[in-house]
Amino acid sequence: MVEQKVVAATGNTVVAEAMRQCKPDVVAAYPITPQTTIVEEFAAFVAKGRVHTEYVTVESEHSAMSACIGASAAGARVMTATSSQGLALMWEELYIASGMRLPIVMANANRALSAPINIHCDHSDAMGARDAGWIMLFAETAQEAYDNTIMAVRIAEDYEVLLPVMSCLDGFITTHSIDRVSLLDDESVAGFVGEREAERALLDLEHPVTHGAFAGLGGPYLEFKKAQRQAIERSRAVVKRVGDEYAALSGRPFGVLETWGMDDAEVAVVVIGSTAGNVRHVARALRADGKKVGVVKIRCFRPFPYAELAEALSGVKAVAVMDRAESFGAEGGPLYLETRSALYDASNRPAVVGYVYGLGGSDVKLELVESVYGDLLDIAGGAAAPAGPVYLGAR
Amino acid sequence: MKWDISRMGEWTSDEFPLGAVIPEAGNSDDYVTGGWRSQRPERDDEKCTQCLLCWIVCPDSAIRVQDEKVTTFDLKHCKGCGVCANECPVDAITMVPEGCDLPEVK
Repeated sequence: MVEQKVVAATGNTVVAEAMRQCKPDVVAAYPITPQTTIVEEFAAFVAKGRVHTEYVTVESEHSAMSACIGASAAGARVMTATSSQGLALMWEELYIASGMRLPIVMANANRALSAPINIHCDHSDAMGARDAGWIMLFAETAQEAYDNTIMAVRIAEDYEVLLPVMSCLDGFITTHSIDRVSLLDDESVAGFVGEREAERALLDLEHPVTHGAFAGLGGPYLEFKKAQRQAIERSRAVVKRVGDEYAALSGRPFGVLETWGMDDAEVAVVVIGSTAGNVRHVARALRADGKKVGVVKIRCFRPFPYAELAEALSGVKAVAVMDRAESFGAEGGPLYLETRSALYDASNRPAVVGYVYGLGGSDVKLELVESVYGDLLDIAGGAAAPAGPVYLGAR
Repeated sequence: MKWDISRMGEWTSDEFPLGAVIPEAGNSDDYVTGGWRSQRPERDDEKCTQCLLCWIVCPDSAIRVQDEKVTTFDLKHCKGCGVCANECPVDAITMVPEGCDLPEVK
């Protein structure tokens, strides 16, 4: 473990710092609330010569991701950042980046999607992109946002993987709140991420190649998609290996999911992002009252940790899944669907209740989390599970 | 070195180049795209003034030129669009039906 500098900084500031330390060759980005200060601060690093990055100021997120794709195909290390409507505008390029197997790393400041217009936190933007073939990491804190950004570069560029990685942090809650963060020194990060060694690079003039080829009717499109599935399956081991190496460097353990109180818990809440802190806070108070409650926080959503989640929930009677996103017309939110699926093969299936909360930054009060645990303890005591999804705190 | 794709029809998902990259330069020349053609250009060498306008306007680079003179059409890639015949200032190029004798339209 190396010595680190402790600073008080926002999530966006430390993501910009992590980007600078990873030394991307190209950053093409467009500002959007609440991601703006990431690209603003990174642009300042470029202007001051603190990083030698080709910074491309594009006219939209559609162009931002397009430029990132071109630069990554050329062999560059490429990073960017976006949020909400910006991510939505990148939709077609997201699939192109993963299909072309380009290791682009993108921070996403989670924010609601219009309409009605809303600039505050929920996970609708990222969850809408969950089938785009990107590896998806979620941060609870500014520290995790910093750590995930650095790990993302190694995961994306690993030859066993070569897929883009989205590193998500909660809009305003994590992007704009000042938090206590330990920063690695520049040399340690540079040593950890290394340099990108691109094969099949467009700018390798000795070995000319074509990117963006056609694989249509009668062609091997199905085989290319199967190759993507195989790569993201291989990434499970790579994510863990990189997480372990990063833990050795930083002293901060990384898990695809992280548990609290799960050794003897009878009921558990599954949650993603900053709300995990609120849930742990309530769980601690309930533990002090003798209630056997636990928390499971998902840090890696793609690939989804099915086996790890089933194992973590193997001893509980009732599970609440807190979704900060909707999947209208489905049985529940995206995390609920994944959790139910993870438990399908379990020998002892607990009751699973879906909660939708915090959309558009609506408050996640401690009483609301207490009511979730209250429901779970009732169910564990024999009460019927409420029909979901329960809209937490909605009138 | 030539990229051997003779057994591509049997390749499994992990045998294709990552991300559908084509690891060989210039091999679109091998891809016969002239098969769509319903009419082909024919050039009258006596009328032709070798102005090379057809060579300039051909959208598929299918006019073959040697020593600054049009020689033949690259029928492996010519789509039969007729731009060359339309633009020829001395009407030296005519489009003739390809493959079968089409009935005369009255």
